[in-house]
Amino acid sequence: MTKLINRRTLLAGSTMVATTVAMPGILRAAEPPTVKVGVIQPVTGALAYDGQQGQIGAEAAIKAINDAGGIKSLGGAKIEMVFGDARSTPEGGTAEVERMAAAEVSAIVGGFASPICLAASQAASRYDLPYLVDVGVADSIITRGLKNTFRFGPGFGIVAQTGLDNLVKINDAAGKPAKTVVIVHEDGLFGAGLAKLLQAELPKRGFEILDTIAHPTPSRDMSNVALQIKAKNPDLVIPSSYYGEMVLLMRTLQQQHIKPKGIYCILNGAASNFRFVKEFPDAAQYLMDCNHWHDPRKPVAEALRKTVEASGKFWTYNIPMNYSSMVILADAIERAGSTDRLKIIEALNSSTFAGHIMPYGPTKFVGGQNQGAAPVNTQVQAGDIKVIYPTDFADAKVVYPYPA
Amino acid sequence: MLSPDIILAAVLNGLMNGAIYALIALGLTLVYGVLHIINFAHGATLTAAMFVVFIAFTVFGIDPFVMIPAMALGFFGVGYALQRFVVGPAAQGSDNNVLLITLGLSIMIENGLLAVFHSDTRSIDVPYGFSSFDLGFTFLSVPKVAGFGVSLAVALVLWVILIRTDTGKAIRAVARERMGAELAGIDVEHIFAVTFGLGAATVAIAACLLMPTFYVSPRIGNAFVLVAFTIVVLGGMGSIPGAVTGALIVGIIESVSGLFLDESLGQLGIFILFILVLLLRPTGLFGART
Amino acid sequence: MIALRTLCPLLVVAGLALIPAFTSANTTLNFLVFALIVALSAQGWNILAGYGGQFSFGHAAFFGLGAYGTALAQARFGINPWVAFAAGIGLAALAGTVIGYLSFRAGLRGSYFTLVTLAFAEVFRILFNAASFTGGAAGVLVKLDVRPENFQFASRSVFYWVVLGIVALVLLLTMRLERSRFGAWLIAIRENEAAAKALGVDVLMVKLQAIALSAAITGAAGGLYVQYFLYLDANIGFGPWISVETLMAAIIGGAGTALGPVLGALALHGLGQLTKGIAGGTPGIDLVLFGALLILAVAFMRDGIIGRLRRLLVWGRR
Repeated sequence: MTKLINRRTLLAGSTMVATTVAMPGILRAAEPPTVKVGVIQPVTGALAYDGQQGQIGAEAAIKAINDAGGIKSLGGAKIEMVFGDARSTPEGGTAEVERMAAAEVSAIVGGFASPICLAASQAASRYDLPYLVDVGVADSIITRGLKNTFRFGPGFGIVAQTGLDNLVKINDAAGKPAKTVVIVHEDGLFGAGLAKLLQAELPKRGFEILDTIAHPTPSRDMSNVALQIKAKNPDLVIPSSYYGEMVLLMRTLQQQHIKPKGIYCILNGAASNFRFVKEFPDAAQYLMDCNHWHDPRKPVAEALRKTVEASGKFWTYNIPMNYSSMVILADAIERAGSTDRLKIIEALNSSTFAGHIMPYGPTKFVGGQNQGAAPVNTQVQAGDIKVIYPTDFADAKVVYPYPA
Repeated sequence: MLSPDIILAAVLNGLMNGAIYALIALGLTLVYGVLHIINFAHGATLTAAMFVVFIAFTVFGIDPFVMIPAMALGFFGVGYALQRFVVGPAAQGSDNNVLLITLGLSIMIENGLLAVFHSDTRSIDVPYGFSSFDLGFTFLSVPKVAGFGVSLAVALVLWVILIRTDTGKAIRAVARERMGAELAGIDVEHIFAVTFGLGAATVAIAACLLMPTFYVSPRIGNAFVLVAFTIVVLGGMGSIPGAVTGALIVGIIESVSGLFLDESLGQLGIFILFILVLLLRPTGLFGART
Repeated sequence: MIALRTLCPLLVVAGLALIPAFTSANTTLNFLVFALIVALSAQGWNILAGYGGQFSFGHAAFFGLGAYGTALAQARFGINPWVAFAAGIGLAALAGTVIGYLSFRAGLRGSYFTLVTLAFAEVFRILFNAASFTGGAAGVLVKLDVRPENFQFASRSVFYWVVLGIVALVLLLTMRLERSRFGAWLIAIRENEAAAKALGVDVLMVKLQAIALSAAITGAAGGLYVQYFLYLDANIGFGPWISVETLMAAIIGGAGTALGPVLGALALHGLGQLTKGIAGGTPGIDLVLFGALLILAVAFMRDGIIGRLRRLLVWGRR
């Protein structure tokens, strides 16, 4: 509470100073220096949608931080965003890191896709430039031993593990209706990697895998996948695909009257996407997903969601993840009391920040990975996306197996 | 093992996809046959057409199938103008330059769409989107069956235009012997532009047929162009019956090999077929050696 | 004119080599390294397509094999990166020979050759994306270990000089080729294959040598890419983007000229930076501008930058 009061008074104070100084017309000189922070997102090319969503989150966070008085330990310095388009390629990301390093940013947030994160964080490591990965789930991002690289969200291994654990819990609680599984995955880094993990882990947990179907992105048609699912008739379908293919698959399943007992996704591109839910509510109904999701208990998160939706955009996990990464960085700069890159890295390493909007608890980076990071389970219910697991902040009960 | 029902269903599905591929390949093969250029803006044209269909449906509530005549005419005009006023003059008769110009056009179209529509994946929800014919062993999607019919009808109309009309005869004359056609008093630049326009029109129709069951994003057209190349080669570059037959064959192969290999490696099947055809019978199924 | 022909490339290389002396800005060096990697790839393409008239749309196959060869030899077999680089080049040359043998023997020319190369690149992309040996979709990471003997340098300038050195070497090679008998045969095949054959040129052999050399050079570009970015996946190595960049650079600069690909790559990437600079916030606008400028450039430079320069020179002397 004292902090809040301090912030208010400080804010009021600085505005007063600003207005008085502004009178003689030397406002610029009196303004506190800015802290430059780089934001890298792929806003053109194949990943443009995710990049643009991520940018919304980062910008919202910067606005919130600046509106609340900026970085107080630096005299209320405002955060100035230096934005870079990674053009959906690793070399695009690298080029932006170089530009940002030259523009003397204090840290970089973003990247989205693993290949971009891998290349960009490595380029940043040449300058000891702190790099906060927003989403990029490849485990190799963190295991390279780069001192400058941090990841706020969960890596692949954690997501898959949690996804499997929760699947078993949900299935057990319903009296084990599902025994057989068909895995559908896109053939890129994320889908193929996940399928490999699932193939190793599912049998250990009592599931029988009837088939594993890979498909390319983009796919022109998912009818074949649907036909194969129909032929195998599994209890459970586990699809890991990007948005377009997932929507196609679900529409085809509906059109072909194929109804498994459950569809359980891990890191799916559409199952936690409001556009899909709004446009095809019937095809999306009861879809379960284990994915990044904001903490619905936190008012800031819900307020942000309302703002985003009011502006005609859809809410996706990229927004809270980038928002959170940015506020964590701001907290680190605040505590470092400096724009010195090494000091910020140090401050990130000792971060215990809990003011973010993901359900991770206090931040704790070990070897660059935030230890509390974990995905949550969501389910599409009557045109909305509800959190069904973990139960301590679920806002709905799971519907499983699907009603006939 | 897979039951015959599933295989039959896959074949039917392949045929319906193939019909759409046929339309996209028709434009490509026509332009190749007459202008002897590979139009790399073909995919971007398809994407642009899909966005027009999307807008027509979401803003004005016009059904994609109703849009077909307007789209065909409109894109014929666009294609005609592009060739007449952009590609033709800028290329100055060099094929290399045509390649660069069509690439440049596709970069412009794709990113223009990105700037206007952002990168969201968009789809439309037509009332009949999920209706299907129940064949007992499978359900055939109504919009896909309709697409199949329209697609074959368009190919037939195009074929009749080429065989029966004066413009068609002029197109074929230019395709066969440009100099001779020019000497015979045919306005070659006009014919080039007409051909380009026809190519754009077929792609625009394909867009109308795709939208009820597919989605659109600024780069989606490319997904169809590579397969269209395969079809053009398989059918023989410049051949319309070849493109249609090739497309149906590719549709079936893609579908059935997807069942046995899985979707990703199924794509490999198409390219290997493509390479084999090129190496063993480069004129394709219907092409004549030039 | 002959003196000018030798002098120009020398001046360009010398000018490029001096850049690190004037700027230590890594932004510039990073930009130049990437542009030169594309230039090298385009130089490779230029041998086969510019001089030989065999228009490939699938040089990504060679770029990717060079890159994967370099990366996998290190990551899987622990081979020294410099040796791995050579292995990558060898692999690309081998693939070039095989693809060339298959397609030239089948008599593929013009658009048919163009399309078959495209298909080969796609086959490699799908295979390398699926195989576990290549790291599959997860790609390959080259271990970050900055030592010169590891082909990794602490300073961007050193890597830049290495790339520039290879580009200069290929430039010299191309200039020699222009005046060699092999070069004459190659150009003869481009101009009229039947006539060349009638004159006793072993067409298949010349084409094979050209594609092997071409693939090796583009493969070297791939190897440099992976040593610079230390990460590779099938879409980077074999994706259509590199085929497109490669031929755009060569044609914009002037296909069939020694210096063309280098100037083209620099111009193209310079243009990209320029449009990025003026376009501002909305994603996509800069690339729309880029596409428009590309079309204008083609419209006003029929034979690329070099062709335009030559005509200016000739015009000036009149």
